[in-house]
Amino acid sequence: MNFAKMMNGLPLALALVFSAVSVHAQNVKIAYIDPLSGGGASVGEHGLKHLQFLVDAINAKGGVINGQKMEAVAYDNKGSPQESLVQVQKAIDAGVRFITQGNGSGAAIAISEFISKYNDRNPGKEVLYFNYSAVDPALTNEKCSYWHFRWDANSDIKMAALTDFMKSRKEIKKVYIIGQDYSFGQAVRVAAVAMLKQKRPDIQVVGDELHPLLKITDFAPYVAKIKASGADSVISGNWGNDISLLLKAAADSGLQANWYTYYAGGSGGPTAIKQTGLDHRVFQISEWHTNVPAPAMEAMTDAFLKKYGGEAAQGWWYMRMKNQMDMFVEALNKAKSSDPKKVAAVLSDMKFKNILGADTFMRPSDHSFFQDMYISSFGSGTKHDEEKTGWGWKTTTVIKGQDTVIPTSCKMNVPS
Amino acid sequence: MLELIIFSTLNGLLYGLLLFLLASGLTLIFSMMGVLNFAHASFYMLGAYFGFQISLYVGYWPGLILAPLLVGGIGALVERYGLRTVHKHGHVAELLFTFGLAFMIEELVQMVWGKVPVDYRVPDLLNFSAFTLFSTTYPAFRMFMLITSVVVFLGLLLLLTKTRVGLIIRAALTHPNMVGMLGHNVPLVFMMVFGVGCGLAALAGVIAGPALVTQPAMAASLGPILFVVVVVGGLGSLQGAFIAALLIGLVQTFAVAINVSVADILAPLGITLTRDSMGGDLWMATVAQVAPIIPYLLLVLVLIFRPKGLMGYRET
Repeated sequence: MNFAKMMNGLPLALALVFSAVSVHAQNVKIAYIDPLSGGGASVGEHGLKHLQFLVDAINAKGGVINGQKMEAVAYDNKGSPQESLVQVQKAIDAGVRFITQGNGSGAAIAISEFISKYNDRNPGKEVLYFNYSAVDPALTNEKCSYWHFRWDANSDIKMAALTDFMKSRKEIKKVYIIGQDYSFGQAVRVAAVAMLKQKRPDIQVVGDELHPLLKITDFAPYVAKIKASGADSVISGNWGNDISLLLKAAADSGLQANWYTYYAGGSGGPTAIKQTGLDHRVFQISEWHTNVPAPAMEAMTDAFLKKYGGEAAQGWWYMRMKNQMDMFVEALNKAKSSDPKKVAAVLSDMKFKNILGADTFMRPSDHSFFQDMYISSFGSGTKHDEEKTGWGWKTTTVIKGQDTVIPTSCKMNVPS
Repeated sequence: MLELIIFSTLNGLLYGLLLFLLASGLTLIFSMMGVLNFAHASFYMLGAYFGFQISLYVGYWPGLILAPLLVGGIGALVERYGLRTVHKHGHVAELLFTFGLAFMIEELVQMVWGKVPVDYRVPDLLNFSAFTLFSTTYPAFRMFMLITSVVVFLGLLLLLTKTRVGLIIRAALTHPNMVGMLGHNVPLVFMMVFGVGCGLAALAGVIAGPALVTQPAMAASLGPILFVVVVVGGLGSLQGAFIAALLIGLVQTFAVAINVSVADILAPLGITLTRDSMGGDLWMATVAQVAPIIPYLLLVLVLIFRPKGLMGYRET
């Protein structure tokens, strides 16, 4: 091809490029910034499938506002706060105005602070941050931001519910607390110690351990320590590989203890629990599990399992992301605009009946979302199972959304 | 307490022996060619992934033999066509070459097997607990890892001290020119040592893959600690590497079990330190929390006080 011919083709090529850009400009883009490599990759990838599934469903139903399509874009933050900021900037540069992240409160705090500053400096180009899962209480207290919305109950709420539940279980004598060494793990440990002391002063805390975040591949030394402490119960807020490998090591060494966890049901967790043989002795606090009766949700989880379950049959896990995206769509439609500032104004005090048919609401004073919470145990005899183990989650206690409300110290800077 | 000591010892020995499998090749290569092979842990990772891939078709056991052979072959080729070519330009070029290679291998692994850990399973034959002591069970696969590592160490030791090949290798370690003058093919010896070193790393990968996690980050997380083993043990010393590897394995495992902080030690002396004292969290951090740094502390101390390492012949 000679030069002249090449130049002849150029306008066409340019036209194609620009038309592609203008088509994309109408899409409402949401950037997914979570670990897609490293120790958090298993949960990060799984979360991305959730988002992709929801976005596909939204588009299949005709999109948002007046037929605009939604588009999910993934960025790998490698689980690190610093890398998250690089990726947020990349997303913003690519024209994204809505960001979602959930795995890791360290990254969440960094992103929230970054976006607050960015929005102060760039009025008219605001960016919103949807936090579907990072639960450090600081995010909706001293470090709260108008631009940050959280769809999961914060760590203190979860620990309050878990310790209320533990209060009535007389067999608990010695508790071991193990967590990840960063803001969230520290928050869990502080809350656990304080609440147990208040509710069950007779319980002895025999271990209070923090380990490096998502770096450990062999928890055998930690399990040996738990065993030596004589603990009958373990409390852990661990997520990702840190909970599945911890449970795996416990299974290998035959540790017989009850587990009170936040995220034992995350990918790989159910398989590991089945190996431990602890039938209905691993508890989890969450906003939902597969055996919560709700036909619409069950149909959706079945569809997800078919499409994305893969060989390991890893099913739906982030109910919080479903709530988040449903409310996002409703806010977009109500605001009749994809301007983040208008969307934020609608979301800020939204009341919402979710797919489970339950009443939920966003609290305007700190942008925390309140919903029913479930304490469930993992074991045999359930309708739906997880990861082909034959075991599933069974509800032990339900805590109503309004009963989970705790005060906030947030002094929100509401933009005029 | 006794239970904790016994199981920490077992876990520490196991980790130490794994480190040794990796470090043995690295220390020989390092002392013979003067090259710090940054890609050594990458061969360990390749071993795990090859083993995984082979296990999908023909099960775990063939992988135990095939993967190290394959990776050893790749290692030999890397030496023959990569390192030897770069060698002309000096040690820095060689160092950078292995550095780049490590990144390339990691990227390749991510492209082929993805960024998420692969599901490398313990073979059914060994999927039971070997013994129960004080109600703690010990998995049979871990016993197998322990035994394999010990056998390899003994085999290597015999090879190096009792055979002609070992004699030539040991001679080439210290006097490569003299060995060349005597009519031995020194480049071939280098290539074989490099290949065997990589093969041993791969073997470690195959036996560690199912028990630990087979993921793209496994090389980067183990790499730095290998250099500690090599330096602490002393260059080119197999026995040194063995002792250093066990030492580090045990120290790291036992450190996890110790919950003492600086504040606790000073408390009986009447000095109370809290999070609010100057230095803050430094005083409250327990030995368990700083466990990952302890090997590097050891590295620094050895370099200052005994640069040739525990059993080395020459200065690092």
